[in-house]
Amino acid sequence: MVKNRQSIVKFDHVQKSYDGKTLVIKDLNLSIETGEFLTMLGPSGSGKTTCLMMLAGFEPATYGEIYLNNQPINRVAPHRRGIGMVFQNYALFPHMTVAENLAFPLRVRKLSNSETEARVERVLDMVQLSGFGSRRPAQLSGGQRQRVAVARALVFEPVLVLMDEPLGALDKNLREEMQFEIKRIHEDLGVTVVYVTHDQSEALTMSNRIAVFNDGVIQQLATPDVLYEQPENAFVARFIGENNCLEGQVESVDGAYCQVRLETGESIRALKVKVDSEGEPTTLSLRPERVTVAPAETTGDNLVSGRVEELIYLGDHIRVRLTVAGNREFVVKVSNTQHRTSLSKGNQVQLAWAADDCRALDTLQDTSIPA
Amino acid sequence: MTQVPSDVIRTADGTPLRLSLQRTQFQSRLRALMLVLPLLAFLTVTFILPILDMLYRSIDNRIVASILPQTTVTIQAWDAQGGELPDEAVFEALVRDMQAAFKDKTLGRVGRRLNYEKPGMSSLFRKSGRNTRKITEAPFKEQLLAIDKRWHDVSVWRLIYRESGATTSSYFLASSDLRLNDQGEIARQPEPRRIYVTLFYRTLWMSLLITALCLLLGYPVSYLLATLPLRTSNLLMILVLLPFWTSLLVRTTSWIALLQTQGVLNDLLVFIGLVPEDARLQMIYNKTGTLVAMTHILLPFMILPLYSVMKTIPASYMQAARSLGASPFTAFIRVYVPNTVPGIGAGCILVFILSIGYYITPALVGGRTGTFISNFIAVHISESLNWGLAAALGAILLAVVLVLYLLYDKIVGVSNMRLG
Repeated sequence: MVKNRQSIVKFDHVQKSYDGKTLVIKDLNLSIETGEFLTMLGPSGSGKTTCLMMLAGFEPATYGEIYLNNQPINRVAPHRRGIGMVFQNYALFPHMTVAENLAFPLRVRKLSNSETEARVERVLDMVQLSGFGSRRPAQLSGGQRQRVAVARALVFEPVLVLMDEPLGALDKNLREEMQFEIKRIHEDLGVTVVYVTHDQSEALTMSNRIAVFNDGVIQQLATPDVLYEQPENAFVARFIGENNCLEGQVESVDGAYCQVRLETGESIRALKVKVDSEGEPTTLSLRPERVTVAPAETTGDNLVSGRVEELIYLGDHIRVRLTVAGNREFVVKVSNTQHRTSLSKGNQVQLAWAADDCRALDTLQDTSIPA
Repeated sequence: MTQVPSDVIRTADGTPLRLSLQRTQFQSRLRALMLVLPLLAFLTVTFILPILDMLYRSIDNRIVASILPQTTVTIQAWDAQGGELPDEAVFEALVRDMQAAFKDKTLGRVGRRLNYEKPGMSSLFRKSGRNTRKITEAPFKEQLLAIDKRWHDVSVWRLIYRESGATTSSYFLASSDLRLNDQGEIARQPEPRRIYVTLFYRTLWMSLLITALCLLLGYPVSYLLATLPLRTSNLLMILVLLPFWTSLLVRTTSWIALLQTQGVLNDLLVFIGLVPEDARLQMIYNKTGTLVAMTHILLPFMILPLYSVMKTIPASYMQAARSLGASPFTAFIRVYVPNTVPGIGAGCILVFILSIGYYITPALVGGRTGTFISNFIAVHISESLNWGLAAALGAILLAVVLVLYLLYDKIVGVSNMRLG
């Protein structure tokens, strides 16, 4: 197998089972590049945290090999891997002060006192907590603890840092602030970060690449914009961002496009993504902001009528929920610049969208996706 | 709005806020008091008062003064250090006191009380009591001296003189293997009567050993209990608690069956040839027996507080330590153990205080060398009937426990202790 010179971590056909009956991770192949911010995103139970634990060394892989800097690490104990880790509940040691917490990885590495102090000081400075060294973790606020946890994972200058839902316990404002903070540190230090979260907006704002997990399999590995705009399957389309789904059957295939007949009879032209031949069932995926409420005379790839069910005023835009082709949860975002008098509850309106914005994906067996 | 400091904040109707608050809180305080009142009354009667009574008994010395009232008054005029016998008045008072006490059948108590201090006093008073009945007129001195020549001994009179006060230090001195000699100075007890200091040392030392053993044995078990999956750990917990639900006597006597020279363990050792038939090990009725049985009995008191503390330590602490580069051992010593200190403290102080006052097990399996101070307190309470000495020993034990508790508070902090 040809090894990517740039890759720092490589999962090679990794499988994991806890009970010997079911696979939590099914044949994982993933290469993480040096210096990148890779997020493992997925609903709970999708296997993302298990992946992280295998990488950290707290869970053995049942099959396959994990490489760190091209060295197999399956048999390397966690403390010899030199991987920094930020835990969900911070895992700061309550019996030590902040400075002692930060010095811990340096002390076990037997660094000199002066070097340890200098590094602790520097890293405190980096997370803007200078002067907090003598406090106990219990005396800090949630955001400050989070900063200490990040600082502690970085103080021994690891090349790779793992973060397991580190912002889960923070409130919304603080979470956003910390997202920027972590992003800034990542860019300043050039350290490779593997980040686990179930929050898709967090993943989109922070990551270079996102691996969307479901059911022990990476559904799609791509940059945030590709993931959002070109989801490869119905799961990713639904999990990332807001999405309108229409069920139908492929009527004809025409190069990169296909014609789909919906259950209610409408024929839609869509990008052929995850379907191959005529007669296949498919889910059409359509972002709410790509649909326009069109005047009656407009022509376009797709013209479908819908009935307005609900209008939600959100200031900069209006969220319109309609019934379209039997789907009662069809959402369109109408910009507030357009003055639309025709939009009132119960009205029949004409919707238009381009074939390029409408993707014909596979059908989703399990429709229940946790948010 | 600015408030002048002297101004009182008032509620809408003008009553001071503090007063209103007190009024509204009074009801709930009253209810709280009513709820604890029965228990408080119960504890006062059954626990606090007996302890105070015991503390008083350890210095109480009213026997001599109440049974020989005239003597205690008249003897005050005597020069105790002079070396001369008291004068006629004291002898007359003693004879009259003895006559009255003999009639009331209380004279034996004085004899017994003084016998604690000086052997032979009991028989002296018994003999004199019978014979003073005939004495009706002076000279009392000659007649009493004629009844028993021990009345010639100045130290007998010094003893009466010394113990005529309402309080005495002799019980506490006796508890420390000390006594007042004839000159009224503190001196050590004669060699064969020095037993209590050794016993106190043994009690403390053995309790320490038992505590250490419990910690050593209990810590890994608690760790296992706290880290295993719930179903397995529940099963193990039942095994830990099982001895709790078994009678203390049953557990102690089963150790006798196991450890005695003809017992299970010795039979096994002889059978596999580790120990020759004629040199079976003496593992019971000595220190070993006490140590083994008490460690077993007190182990749950160590495991439970440890477990409850360990249960609260998230697994991520150890993982974090490992990911930061600490070996499993370093992570355990530097991160896990410090976080279990409240449990260690609680378990140790619980086991230590329980074992320092333990009675049944040392009494059954301790033999001669494995008994504790509590066994001697029991002897003085129920056999020798020297309650004063028992009280003094108990008071010292109480003081030792309190001192250790304060010491523990100083070092570890009682607020750090967690019992579950």
